[in-house]
Amino acid sequence: MTEKEKKELQITACKIRMGVIEGTYHAKSGHPGGSLSAAELFAYLYHRELNVDPKNPQWPERDRFVLSKGHTAPGLYAALALRGFFPWEDIKTLRQIDSHLQGHPNMNSTPGVDMSTGSLGQGISAACGMALAARVQGNPCRVYALLGDGELQEGQVWEAMMFAGHYKLDNLCAAIDNNGLQIDGKVADVMSVYPIPDKLRAFGWECCEIDGHDFDQMKAAFTQARATRGKPFAIVMRTVKGKGVSFMEDQAGWHGKGPNQAEYEQAMAELNARLAELEAM
Amino acid sequence: MSEVKKIATRESYGNALKELGASHPDIIVFDADLAGSTKTAVFGKAFPDRHFDCGIAEGNMMCVAAGAAAMGMTPFASSFAMFASGRAFEQIRNSIGYPRLNVKICASHAGISVGEDGASHQCCEDFAIMRAIPNMVVMCPADDVEARAMVRAAYEYKGPVYIRLGRSPVPVFDHRPDYSFTIGKGEVLAEGDDVAVIATGLMVYEAMEAAKRLREEGVSARVINMATIKPLDEELVLKAARECGRIVTAEEHSVIGGLGEAVCAAVAESGIPCKVRRVGVNDEFGRSGPADALLKRFGLSAEHIAEVALRI
Repeated sequence: MTEKEKKELQITACKIRMGVIEGTYHAKSGHPGGSLSAAELFAYLYHRELNVDPKNPQWPERDRFVLSKGHTAPGLYAALALRGFFPWEDIKTLRQIDSHLQGHPNMNSTPGVDMSTGSLGQGISAACGMALAARVQGNPCRVYALLGDGELQEGQVWEAMMFAGHYKLDNLCAAIDNNGLQIDGKVADVMSVYPIPDKLRAFGWECCEIDGHDFDQMKAAFTQARATRGKPFAIVMRTVKGKGVSFMEDQAGWHGKGPNQAEYEQAMAELNARLAELEAM
Repeated sequence: MSEVKKIATRESYGNALKELGASHPDIIVFDADLAGSTKTAVFGKAFPDRHFDCGIAEGNMMCVAAGAAAMGMTPFASSFAMFASGRAFEQIRNSIGYPRLNVKICASHAGISVGEDGASHQCCEDFAIMRAIPNMVVMCPADDVEARAMVRAAYEYKGPVYIRLGRSPVPVFDHRPDYSFTIGKGEVLAEGDDVAVIATGLMVYEAMEAAKRLREEGVSARVINMATIKPLDEELVLKAARECGRIVTAEEHSVIGGLGEAVCAAVAESGIPCKVRRVGVNDEFGRSGPADALLKRFGLSAEHIAEVALRI
């Protein structure tokens, strides 16, 4: 990946973070922490990996993305808006009455959302169904899903992992946002899901671990995923919850609340400074 | 009764699915380790490339089916009614009902007539659970003819459907050559104006037998087959309420939340003066035993329907 390419992606990730703050500030609620930790992933997916067409969001052969950790919709919405699926201004209507931007993704109201999610564990199963159906249909598309690390505590996730391994869904790629925190505290303390890669491999998946804020590693992982045959592929991303906003970083308390006026201003000042820094590079 | 041909509606389902599969490549079928019992194996044998066993994981199966529907396929997902509507309720609610995905949930072994397996497998709550989900069509066939027509209608309808099927063979009684089935339409099987018996599933045959007994007592009973529980054919219910003034509902389901309560709500809100009595499972669990004996024990019989109709 060239430095120019990387810088563009970093700028996109920074703008996605601004969208997350903008949306959750206006909504006075929502989930900034896990949206910020996955900002690089959203940027990479919608600007490098996914074969989608914002002008034709229902194109049958588009790649599918299922946000299995549906509560991080603010990150997805910012990415979709930046990619041109709907106007950026819509971000400010997040969670408000009559907005198409529901608290959790709704495939029937928001262009670009491929599956309605929000109840943890269900999205990865739906992604399995999409990947299997694509194979039956002879549809060349690929299917991607993003899960949280806390989400791995849902038994259904392992039903889905077993299914994907059993049916050798090599058109399926799951990313796991391992930011280490969930509502009640550290994932390791609440109910350990570790070791994640060993579990996934035991369920028939190919697996790699990366720094989820590093685009070089992300590119290598997705390249490996595409080349893998006969197995579904998982990317376990070590990330920092709340990444990019100093007072939100690594704080479980920022899982599910919106910033107040002062917090909003500080967060936007930090992100604007980062954006200026990137653009000056 | 021995001369009447009997077929379980789950058999009808397997056969109908296989028939549809030949001309509709968009049909994909999922099962949860019960393909031999739900009869999706009949489809699987004919179309092995479109039949997928999900193992004993009903929650995952429902969402897998939702994903396949999101890709434009028409999935049929089957398990026993207990596990389809019970174990997988929230998956159906959030991943099928809410996004209004085109999944057909065909659940067999419903009700007390499961028989020997006993209470853990005798689901008498599925109408209540499925009715409460917005966008969900809920149906239950009375015999083989209706079951096959219903599966076809469910395929043609675009949106989530729940069909309740039975384990035990039930009499095949509708032999009209011009038979047709419409979702949301009840059907008058016998005319009468002293009392109306509104029944669904295997209780429809019992209702017709009850009407014969009532006729002997000088009571003219209208028999209505209400194959679609939701959306309810309120027009037909209210016509019966106006013209008969007395309604007995009959279902192999809890009296809570099923056809009986749906009819009660429609009648009560209409303001039409009409007495309603519900025949069903009275807020209790089932038990092991032969299906016929259980149906009698729990009052799911022509005799009991007739008794209730005479007392009302």
